[in-house]
Amino acid sequence: MDAENEQQNGTPAGTDATNSRGTASGSTTPGSTVSRRAVIGWAGAGVALGAAAVGSVAAATRQEDPAPAPAAATGAEVPFYGEHQAGIATPVQDRLHFAAFDVSEKATRESLVKMLKEWTKAAAAMTGGREVGIGAATGLPEAPPDDTGEALGLPASRLSLTIGFGPSLFEKDGMDRFGLKAKRPEALIDLPNFKGDKLDPLRSGGDLCVQACADDPQVAVHAIRNLARIGMGTVGIRWSQLGFGKTSSTTPDAQTPRNLLGFKDGTHNIAGTDGTRLAEHVWAAPGDGPDWMTGGSYLVARRIRMHIETWDRTSLKEQEDVFGRTKGEGAPYGKVKEHDDPDLKAMPADSHVALAHPDANNGLMILRRGFSFTDGTDGLGRLDAGLFFLAYQRDTRRAFVPLQQRLAGSDKLNEYIQHVGSAHFACPAGVRKPGEWWGQALFG
Amino acid sequence: MSARRRSTAAALLTLAVATATLAGCAEKKDDKEGGGDAVKINATDSACEVSKTSFPAGHVVLDISNKGSKTTEVYVYGDGDKIITERENIGPGTKATINAEIKAGAYEIACKPGMVGDGVRQKITVTGEGGSSASADPRLAAAVDAYRAYAQEQADATVPAVEAFAAAIKAGDLEKAKSLYAPSRTGWERTEPVAESFGDVDPKTDTREDKVEAGQQWTGWHKLEKSLWADARIGDDEKKLADQLVNDLKDWQKKIPQAEITATSMANGAKELLDEVATNKITGEEDRYSHTDLADFHANVEGAQKAYDLLKPVAAEKNPELAKTLDSEFAAIQALLAKYRQADGTFTSYDKVAEAERKTFSDAVNSLGEPLSKLAAAVVVK
Repeated sequence: MDAENEQQNGTPAGTDATNSRGTASGSTTPGSTVSRRAVIGWAGAGVALGAAAVGSVAAATRQEDPAPAPAAATGAEVPFYGEHQAGIATPVQDRLHFAAFDVSEKATRESLVKMLKEWTKAAAAMTGGREVGIGAATGLPEAPPDDTGEALGLPASRLSLTIGFGPSLFEKDGMDRFGLKAKRPEALIDLPNFKGDKLDPLRSGGDLCVQACADDPQVAVHAIRNLARIGMGTVGIRWSQLGFGKTSSTTPDAQTPRNLLGFKDGTHNIAGTDGTRLAEHVWAAPGDGPDWMTGGSYLVARRIRMHIETWDRTSLKEQEDVFGRTKGEGAPYGKVKEHDDPDLKAMPADSHVALAHPDANNGLMILRRGFSFTDGTDGLGRLDAGLFFLAYQRDTRRAFVPLQQRLAGSDKLNEYIQHVGSAHFACPAGVRKPGEWWGQALFG
Repeated sequence: MSARRRSTAAALLTLAVATATLAGCAEKKDDKEGGGDAVKINATDSACEVSKTSFPAGHVVLDISNKGSKTTEVYVYGDGDKIITERENIGPGTKATINAEIKAGAYEIACKPGMVGDGVRQKITVTGEGGSSASADPRLAAAVDAYRAYAQEQADATVPAVEAFAAAIKAGDLEKAKSLYAPSRTGWERTEPVAESFGDVDPKTDTREDKVEAGQQWTGWHKLEKSLWADARIGDDEKKLADQLVNDLKDWQKKIPQAEITATSMANGAKELLDEVATNKITGEEDRYSHTDLADFHANVEGAQKAYDLLKPVAAEKNPELAKTLDSEFAAIQALLAKYRQADGTFTSYDKVAEAERKTFSDAVNSLGEPLSKLAAAVVVK
């Protein structure tokens, strides 16, 4: 099993990054500026090499071809414009930088709209692998460059940027700050407290959020940094979270990734290509709520700390009992293969899968898109690590809330995890074409 | 105190250079930015070759290549080793570009392999009428004159304030000395970028404990601050240090007329004052024993606002949107600071300012600093 783990875990995005950097540092032609696009050729080649390596490892452990791998590895663009926002049904990228923002006290509806328009332009540029504004190394020498520059030379890296609006944007301390109170969707509830929650207010909530996902962490960080810079004066970052090692896949024919507890996560996730399930469980439909949310989705973000050290000294038997699946294959108890239909009765009644599986929840499903995190250590010598859980759904009241109530009450996994951050956002439909902007249907 | 800030900025620039190096392999371009007008400097471990030793005044571009084996830095010095411009942390095999406005006169370019010592020097002459491209605008020339007068006023007011502070120390009056510490710094903090342009005054007067270099004797305000607050002690050493502080600041007062001030340096100076706040005051590092950071913070903002107000007639014409934003952000940060001001004019001790309130300050500084960074371009643009 060790060997299997090593193979499966030994295919991170780092491979790609190393190749790109290696190629670049061999060069000796400094001093000139270059558009990000101009280098896609060679950087893409470096990435493709990495992908080939990934592919061969995957092939050794899997029967089918990992079909989505090329799309995931060419550093390609994820289209910014579309019916739905990218970053939800999009095949999950390798890295995350998620930021929650608060709108400043002196901001007005007008200044907020102005910023959202600027954000949209910058987001369209960055997801296309282009520089923000007039660029990172151009313009008047006396002025700071528009773009911060650290993504120069890097491909688009499948960057997606997804915006969401939190409950406090619509109403904060009883104040209707931006005239939006009447437009607040009923589904955008203040999340209830769940048993065992130990939420840090400084890692919870937020008026706005941006989820940046990319295959290269530098591209994701660059995106958040530049949006934060553009937003200064109107919004400030409330909290942010870096993530690596996607813990859920929306591409079921690719290998299911593992979370930091070492178990496959997202085996039964909603596929990004499964239009029926997306329509049923993920996208808000006409009549569900206010029109501006039609085609959008509700995002729940939870920072879930894992008690790594105690988990690691737990016997294999107990670890598997906690999930109700085998650790190596990920097969449900009583079955052989990961994707075999689970027999929930064969699992311990308080196991995670027995409680969370759609079959035990009237078919309820959420689209999970979480990432692992390790923010160093906590000062007591313990890893500050866990799962940054991100789930998209059509109506949080009928998805995450009942599911989490059930899990918080009796999930055997609770002994090893703790929810320490929480936020809820309404992510509107996509920006359909240039000229439209994030939040237009809400503010317009 | 700016040593940290400068080296951080330099480190970032080195990073940017590295990025440019990275990008360069994809698309070779002629070095148009530098172009034929740029002064090329080849720095090695033992030499500092300058492609021309005489060039016209105005906007000068220095293209530096470090061909040596050590990290180097390059300075342009005026009379008495006054720093005109500089770039630190240029790694072996990398390039860096300095953009500066240099007036006609005699200068020395110094390369410092290993970033130590006086460096390998090369005399240069800058010719012609030139100076700031913007100085053609008489309003900017007037702004520069008014700002120089302001800097002088601040220095003139600082000397008696420091003398009073020193007198309390020499009288052994601990409480009085403490009460006069923050007010003695106001004029300095308001004009810090100008004060720092005289390379030797700042290290003697405004160095913090963690910035003392090997072999440097720690003197100045912050040494006295530690004695007064952390050690609650006034001894012979403190009395000597107080005298020295007065002398060093009198020296500074005399130098103001020679200060290199342009419209661009005023605008950049305003931004640097906010950088000072963002880097050292928000964290409480600047006045870590006395916790009088908000007094320095306030003086920095006042100084930045002064420079902005003088440049505003031009800035508002060329970039009205920016001027509007700056007006509102200056007002917002002043209103925020006012909440922390007591009836007697002193500010809340910074150790009593909670983390969440510090975040509010930090956001306000970012909200002002970001648009302020665009002021220099707004005044030089034709």
